[in-house]
Amino acid sequence: MARRSERTRQLASRTVQIAFLLAVLLLWYLATTFWGVNRLLLPNPVEVWEQLMEVLRSGNYLPDLRVTATEFVVAFLLSTTTGTVVGFFASRSRFWTRVFEPLFAGIFSIPIILFLPLYVLFFGLGLESKIALGATISFFPIVLATIAGFSNVDRTLITAARSMGASDWLLFRYVLLPAALPVILGGLRIGFTICLLSILGSETIASLAGLGHHIVELAENMEMSRMFAYIAFVVVMVALLNAVVSHLEARGRRRG
Amino acid sequence: MTAGDVAVRIKGVGHQFGEAGETQYVRALADTSLDILRGELLCLIGPSGCGKSTLLNVVGGLMEPSSGSVEVSGHPLRGPRPSEIAFVFQENALFPWNTVEENVRLGMLFQGVPKSEHEPRARKSLEAVGLADFAKHYPGQLSGGMRQRAALARALALQTGILLMDEPFGALDEQTRMILGEDLSVLLSRTEKTIVFVTHSLGEAVFLADRVAVFSARPGSIKKIIKVDEPHPRNPSFVTSEKFTELRNELYALLHDEIRKAVSETAPTRNGAGGAA
Repeated sequence: MARRSERTRQLASRTVQIAFLLAVLLLWYLATTFWGVNRLLLPNPVEVWEQLMEVLRSGNYLPDLRVTATEFVVAFLLSTTTGTVVGFFASRSRFWTRVFEPLFAGIFSIPIILFLPLYVLFFGLGLESKIALGATISFFPIVLATIAGFSNVDRTLITAARSMGASDWLLFRYVLLPAALPVILGGLRIGFTICLLSILGSETIASLAGLGHHIVELAENMEMSRMFAYIAFVVVMVALLNAVVSHLEARGRRRG
Repeated sequence: MTAGDVAVRIKGVGHQFGEAGETQYVRALADTSLDILRGELLCLIGPSGCGKSTLLNVVGGLMEPSSGSVEVSGHPLRGPRPSEIAFVFQENALFPWNTVEENVRLGMLFQGVPKSEHEPRARKSLEAVGLADFAKHYPGQLSGGMRQRAALARALALQTGILLMDEPFGALDEQTRMILGEDLSVLLSRTEKTIVFVTHSLGEAVFLADRVAVFSARPGSIKKIIKVDEPHPRNPSFVTSEKFTELRNELYALLHDEIRKAVSETAPTRNGAGGAA
């Protein structure tokens, strides 16, 4: 009984969510078709759909997608490895935790995107500046979560493991890691989101290629329906990636 | 008494936290000497903060004392000795992300037991504490009493000669701890283990122990050792016997003054938190 009503409620909220999106789409259609909204400001959704199909069919998006994906993968790998390694070692002594935790938290709270011009000066307009910026920005939530995860392991569990003779490696593998993993996964998830966000964002500001760059280019050429098609494309890609990450995170938490 | 009868020899062990003059300076344990005999169950009882848990940690090699030394089976103790000494902690010492059985197996993995022995030893120790049907449960799915049984099973699977228990039933309700106490007495009478058991409960101490060491208020030292001359396993009717009541009353008289002292000592420092004592 309880399970069934739970399912009905979930179905109901899903229905309302979909209805809301459809309503926005309908309003968009009505506004551009009948209510005389300037199509240079807001293209017709049917046109956008046709453009999207055209873009997907032609494969014109591939070079830009490759650039953005490369930037993201390299940046996120960099921040994940450095963040977890630095975080682990900073959590090993109370002194280093006290030194680094406020430092990282402080830097994390400033808008690092402001340093983009500096990154462009140092690394140029190519992939390198986006990778460096994305890696820098996503490093902080990952390192902070790693420190929090490893330094808040219940002392009793560590003492218990030591009393049973656990070596450093066994202690790490069977006590510290499973205890810290859920917290670290939360940090990786935040890092993932802001890494992608900062890379797409900086592409729109200063770059020669990438999806963000292409969208701005289309806007400057007043190709509004094509620009919307690209935005829709990126939104769907990111939503899919997010779903995959959420799924992985939930699985990691269960196993951890 | 020959040296072979002594499982643990505590020689002039004292412990303090912090340095003299600091606000956090606490002299937890005054010079304490004690021989723990092989195969006996020794209860440590005393007011809060008298250093009985500290002494237990020192005996287990988890803590180095400020002064004095400990010998286990005739060899000076330096650090944990997992092949000889197992612990049961107050609570929440099970790994919450592992099942009961995995917890028991992990203990053996840590101790270095060959893999092939894990399964039979885990099964045997879980059966011994009556948790065979709950092997696949996670600690969070068990009651407090069952969690402590699981922790005991993990310690038993290590097959050590010495078992140290730090208020293992401290967080449980009176009725559950009574039942666990009875079960423990039956269980341990079958083994040859040397057991040191820290408790706050007078009844528990008399019911379980061969000897009860009564601690004075901080800095703790052993005030008196009381012998409980009653064979194991103890019958539940022992609780209602005259002998039990007498021993319990004797313990109460010994402890009462010390508890008063401990309470009057800690009360003002708690009010003036942070101030120098």
